[in-house]
Amino acid sequence: MDFYDKDLVSIRDLDRDQIDCIMDLSEKMIPYARGEKVKKALDGKVLGNLFFEPSTRTKLSFESAAGRLGCNVIDVSEMSMTSMSKGETLADTIKMVDAYCDVIVLRHPHEGAARLAAKFSENPVINAGDGAGSHPTQTLLDLFTMRSAKGSLDGLNVVLVGDLKYGRTVHSLAEALTMFGAKLTFVAPESLQMPSDTFSHIVERGCKPAKTPALEDVIGQADVLYVTRIQKERFPDPAEYQKVAGMYRIDNAILREAKSDMIVMHPLPRVDEISPEVDSTPHAKYFEQAFNGVPVRMALLCAILGGDIDG
Amino acid sequence: MDNLKIVETKIPPIRNGTVIDHIANGQSLNVLKILGVSENNIDSVISIGMHVPSSKTNGWKDVIKVEDRELDHATVGKIALIAPDATISIIRDYYTAEKFRVKLDDRILGLAKCSNPNCITNRGEPVTPEFIVEERNPPKLRCVYCDRILTQISDNLL
Repeated sequence: MDFYDKDLVSIRDLDRDQIDCIMDLSEKMIPYARGEKVKKALDGKVLGNLFFEPSTRTKLSFESAAGRLGCNVIDVSEMSMTSMSKGETLADTIKMVDAYCDVIVLRHPHEGAARLAAKFSENPVINAGDGAGSHPTQTLLDLFTMRSAKGSLDGLNVVLVGDLKYGRTVHSLAEALTMFGAKLTFVAPESLQMPSDTFSHIVERGCKPAKTPALEDVIGQADVLYVTRIQKERFPDPAEYQKVAGMYRIDNAILREAKSDMIVMHPLPRVDEISPEVDSTPHAKYFEQAFNGVPVRMALLCAILGGDIDG
Repeated sequence: MDNLKIVETKIPPIRNGTVIDHIANGQSLNVLKILGVSENNIDSVISIGMHVPSSKTNGWKDVIKVEDRELDHATVGKIALIAPDATISIIRDYYTAEKFRVKLDDRILGLAKCSNPNCITNRGEPVTPEFIVEERNPPKLRCVYCDRILTQISDNLL
């Protein structure tokens, strides 16, 4: 499967075989991601880590992934620290950074920014989240977490709960799961349900998702409960946020209705969607999910930059 | 009196040029905008029939006749964005020399802007909005950059 020198802007850029290939490579990366084995497969390469929006996990895990493989990192963490604060366009910034590195990782507040960057960059671009748009590396690590916990991605019953409208991780994830014949249920108040564009796309791919505001009605059948934060920063109107904040809270009481092997995932950060008491149960997979960002991003960097972990 | 005869009287046949017929009712001015035809770049007569009875659909349509100018397939293809049922007739010496239906290309570049205000193409970057044509009638366009579906095309023409 040839990923060499390719951009990764949207999960739609990948087919099932390519996703399986990244999953297999991620599996091999785990001992290297933990530091149990060392291989500088990307020695001498430079990664440009451009984060124009706040991020903890994505930014750090890309840095960790690059570091484990011996790849150097140059980074920007704030727009105010760049010439973009002086009015420079993203296109010009990308052309400049492109000359300094071998791969660009970009997070940006505007949808379509990664596609634009890919157009102006000679080197490959990896989308690390563009506004409310795509976040394909998060999707890959989510799929990897599900596959690791459940053994396979085929035919899983996945319940997505919380902010399905503005939460970009759930859009890409739901689309990707359709490739694996998942049964999807979207749990959210009507005002935060899956956008019609995304919903139609999922239906076009042969999936018939169910929608409900009532988590207690569907949690019993779930293999995976994917919880998202209701994101205050994405609401234009604070009053709208107040109406829906705190609607869903996962605690041990509601988990009594769930299958014993159901897993709870969350892209993090959480605020109060998941009670800390859940952390010590076998259901909790969100910290493992956060760790999986490292092996999955190592796999991607190796595949795109031509690093060979076996050589 | 037959409505069609009144129309023919108001928009007389042209000797040479292009007739764009079966334009969706109310869209003729947008069609001229898409074709880039304005008083500044054309020296011949343009006749516009708005809210004209259509014998084909038993409803209403718009018609445009551009004298002394033959619009090529690529140019008129663009008008399928807002008039997917339109037909084009090339008139030479009062006779129809060519007649065809409009057809959208697979990609649309620079004719409309993305309806997503947060799309990077609406933020002052040096890029031309670009769309993939997912459906032709009615047209459904997907922004190449942010993946948003553009359906209200006439509201977003550049």
